[in-house]
Amino acid sequence: MLEIFLFAVPAGLVILGALIVIFAKNPVHNSMGLVLTLSSLAIIYITLNATFVAMVQMLVYAGAVMTLFLFVIMMIGVDKPEQSKEEIKGQTLLVSGTLLILIGIISYVIISSGFKWDLYFSPVEYSLEGTPDLIASTLFTEWILPFEIISILLIVATTAAIALAYDTKTRKHK
Amino acid sequence: MIEVSTDWYLTLAAVLFSIGFIGMMIRKNALIMFMCIELMLNSVNLTFITASKHFGTIEGQISVFFVLVVAAAEVVVGLAIIVSIFKKQSSASVDLLRTSRG
Repeated sequence: MLEIFLFAVPAGLVILGALIVIFAKNPVHNSMGLVLTLSSLAIIYITLNATFVAMVQMLVYAGAVMTLFLFVIMMIGVDKPEQSKEEIKGQTLLVSGTLLILIGIISYVIISSGFKWDLYFSPVEYSLEGTPDLIASTLFTEWILPFEIISILLIVATTAAIALAYDTKTRKHK
Repeated sequence: MIEVSTDWYLTLAAVLFSIGFIGMMIRKNALIMFMCIELMLNSVNLTFITASKHFGTIEGQISVFFVLVVAAAEVVVGLAIIVSIFKKQSSASVDLLRTSRG
C-alpha cells in the first residue's frame, strides 16, 4: 500500500506540474510548475533506488537550471499575451496532424502490448542502489572518454553563451 | 495486492513526454517552449532510471548524467539566444522571428 502511495502521489504532482507548464499564462507560474515536476520526479527517483541521481536532480535542475530560467524571465520581463493568430499558413492543421500521429503511435504501442511492457524481459530479483560510490567507480573507469567529451561540450557552451550575450555596442561607448 | 511494476513508470514517462510535445506545439513563447523541452528530457531520464532498476545495471543512471549535462548546456545557449532575440524585437514569440531565414 505504501508503495502505491509513494508512486501515485508524486506521479500526480508530475502530471499537474507539467500541465501548469504548458497552460499557465504568466511565465513565472510556468517555471514554478516546472519546479513542481522536477521535485516530484526526484521523489520517484528515490523510490527507484537512484538516490544520487535524485540529489543531482534537485541541485542541478531544480536549483541551477530553474534559477537561470527565472533570471531570464526577470531580465526580459513578462511578455505580452500571445496572439492566437496564424502567422504561418496551415499551422494549425500541421500541428493537429502531428499530435494525432504521436498520440496514435503511443496508444498503439501501449494497447498492442496489453499494458505489459516487461513481458519479454523479466525484472531482476536483486535491487541495485545507485550510491555515489558505485556511480563514480563506473563513470570514471568505463565511461571516462564520454565524460571528457562532455567537459569540452560544457566549455564550448559557456563560450558561446558569453559571445551571444556580449553587447559590443555598449563596449565601444566606454 | 497490486504491485508497482515497471509499466507504471514507463506509462508515466510516456504521458510526460506527450505533455511536453503538446506544449512545444501549442505555445509560441520561446521560453515556454524551452520548458517543454526540459519536460521531454526529464521523461527520457525517467525511462533510463526505470530501465536501470528493471535490468539491475548502473549504466542507465550514468546516461542520466550525460543527458543532464547536455540539457544544462542547451539551456545556457538557448537562453542567451532568447535574450539576444528579445533585445532586437522586444518579444519572445517565435512566430515573429523572420530574421534567421537564409
